[in-house]
Amino acid sequence: MQPFTQLTGIAAPLPVANVDTDKIIPARFLKTLTRTGLGKSLFDGLRYDADGKERPDFVLNQEPYRKAEILIALDNFGCGSSREHAPWALGDFGIRCVIAPSFADIFYNNCFKNGLLPVALPREVCEQLMEETKLGSNARVTVDLERQVVVRANGEEIAFDVDAGRRHALLNGLDEIAETLTHDAGISTFETNRAKAEPWRTAVSL
Amino acid sequence: MTSEKTTGAPRTLYEKIWDAHMVEPLASGAALLYIDRHLVHEVTSPQAFDGLRVNGRKVRRPDATLAVPDHNVPTANRDQEIVDPESRLQVATLVENVAAFGVPFIPLNDVRQGIVHVIGPEQGASLPGMTIVCGDSHTATHGALGALAFGIGTSEVEHVLATQTLVQAPSKTMRVTVNGELGLGVSAKDLALYIIGQIGAGGGTAHVIEYAGEAVTSLSMAGRMTLCNMAIESGARAGLVAPDDTTFDYIKGRPMAPKGEDFDAAVAYWRTLPTEAGAVFDKEVVLDAADIAPMITWGTSPDAVIPVTGLVPDPSDLTDDAIRANHQRMLDYMALSPGALIGTPVDVVFVGSCTNSRIEDIRDVALIAKGRKVADGVRAMVVPGSGLVKLQAEAEGLDKVLLEAGFEWRDPGCSMCLGMNEDKLKPGQRCVSTSNRNFEGRQGPGGRTHLASPAMAAAAAVTGRIVDCREFA
Ligand code: SF4
Repeated sequence: MQPFTQLTGIAAPLPVANVDTDKIIPARFLKTLTRTGLGKSLFDGLRYDADGKERPDFVLNQEPYRKAEILIALDNFGCGSSREHAPWALGDFGIRCVIAPSFADIFYNNCFKNGLLPVALPREVCEQLMEETKLGSNARVTVDLERQVVVRANGEEIAFDVDAGRRHALLNGLDEIAETLTHDAGISTFETNRAKAEPWRTAVSL
Repeated sequence: MTSEKTTGAPRTLYEKIWDAHMVEPLASGAALLYIDRHLVHEVTSPQAFDGLRVNGRKVRRPDATLAVPDHNVPTANRDQEIVDPESRLQVATLVENVAAFGVPFIPLNDVRQGIVHVIGPEQGASLPGMTIVCGDSHTATHGALGALAFGIGTSEVEHVLATQTLVQAPSKTMRVTVNGELGLGVSAKDLALYIIGQIGAGGGTAHVIEYAGEAVTSLSMAGRMTLCNMAIESGARAGLVAPDDTTFDYIKGRPMAPKGEDFDAAVAYWRTLPTEAGAVFDKEVVLDAADIAPMITWGTSPDAVIPVTGLVPDPSDLTDDAIRANHQRMLDYMALSPGALIGTPVDVVFVGSCTNSRIEDIRDVALIAKGRKVADGVRAMVVPGSGLVKLQAEAEGLDKVLLEAGFEWRDPGCSMCLGMNEDKLKPGQRCVSTSNRNFEGRQGPGGRTHLASPAMAAAAAVTGRIVDCREFA
């Protein structure tokens, strides 16, 4: 996994609450067999009209936000499906960090598995940050995971919380499966004890 | 957090399942949680199997894993090749992957095929006290059996395939108690929608919800599955109902359930699972079943819901700018104005999805369809949740009732719940749907979805309008 340490980039405002996973990447794009290539379909319904032409009023179709690496939105971002295609599409477009007052659990979790950092900040702060993004290409926001701060265009720092384990994994781009496999003996012991204590447990059989 | 509870303190159902599956606490404060069942489908698994391949890893416990194609499959002409090349390839890829990794698999042409959350309980693969995961958010459905069941992303699918565990932090707990009895014509779906309306689409975030109270315990297993299925629509990680005799009766004799003495031993264990008196939840919500009418959503978030006899709220009554703007956006997308929703004409009726595609749901629809006709210009489709549900319905003659009334009677799959196959709304079409999500474009780009119960869907089909199903009671 690509590590996330510090990022300075253009932030795009999306002042919408409950941005669901069907908005982020509609189901018809889930037929892919790979993790890449979904960036062009990110926010498909909002970004393109029925003929596939760009809607000029959508933020990611405007300069400088076409190159946004940070997205700022409102409450309950990523609600809905467990599809990891949502963070894949964001990442493939070039977005590495989403800032919102709150996130849906599965989406939040999926971000960390894909080198994307979700940052939860109070709603007033998100609204303030969105206001500042109007500065266009001057609206560079820095997100520093090492120091756990978001740095506004004026240099002011806003601290954010992140789980220590997830932070460590993201900073170092760790392979979680490899980590877990170091507990292999523990897993085997658990399985053996379980089989003894609950012999009625059934296997999947067809 | 569970681990901080003093020994001997009364525990909730969730905490008992958590404790029983904790392999090892991790330095980060999370834990390695053992997974008993892993359900796999074609859409969220290809990249996971690919990851195993790239890293030279195996599936640790094929005997705890069950795969089935459902999201992307056609619901008609099953004897022919899948027409859409991408769907065909995705289903073929699942077939290849399960063969290569030795994973038990129910193929498309098997009578047991169906929506993953319908077939898990139906086959007895989902049992009380288990941890159950699937790369699909509606895995919460299996919580109806008293299992801790939740949706995961593809990276976690790969993690479970390789290690049979997940790295998890304990969730907060919430209990939603619904006292009293549901009225005539009011179903588990209405209960589910009502609860979401009360606590909000993000109200359950970071929590596992246990549903309790008379209105919940008196539900059939199908009703409990409908209720837990929609836990995720309130943002909850999972939904649970304590296992009881209704649960054990349902499980007994299912193909993969324990048999004979094993079954008795299992029941003895399952009886120890329910939340103990005095156990503390992080949040408690108490509701009264008498307040619940048949519900229907008017917006593009499942909490934008009203009783069918109620009014679509007026955005100008809202003081918060952002909320008002969202509200207006939903009205615009749905082509609705504030005021009564009843009487609004509909184009399509969809009965199906892991929320409402079980035999009980189809019986509800047939009851209203019997002797009536689908209104002119309305397309009404019924998509059973599994091949076995379909067979059962046909044995009861429900297919004939539905076909005579002018409903389509299709093969099992996710179908118009998410519009991945050819069952899609056309832009601007208005649909009363028994599924679980009314997001913009969920049932097809530009489609307008109203979530409701099977009875409400049937009533809309035969009148061509949004109506109160109690008129048909
Ligand atoms: S029926 Fe709908 S909600 Fe259920 S698993 Fe299929 S797509 Fe998901």
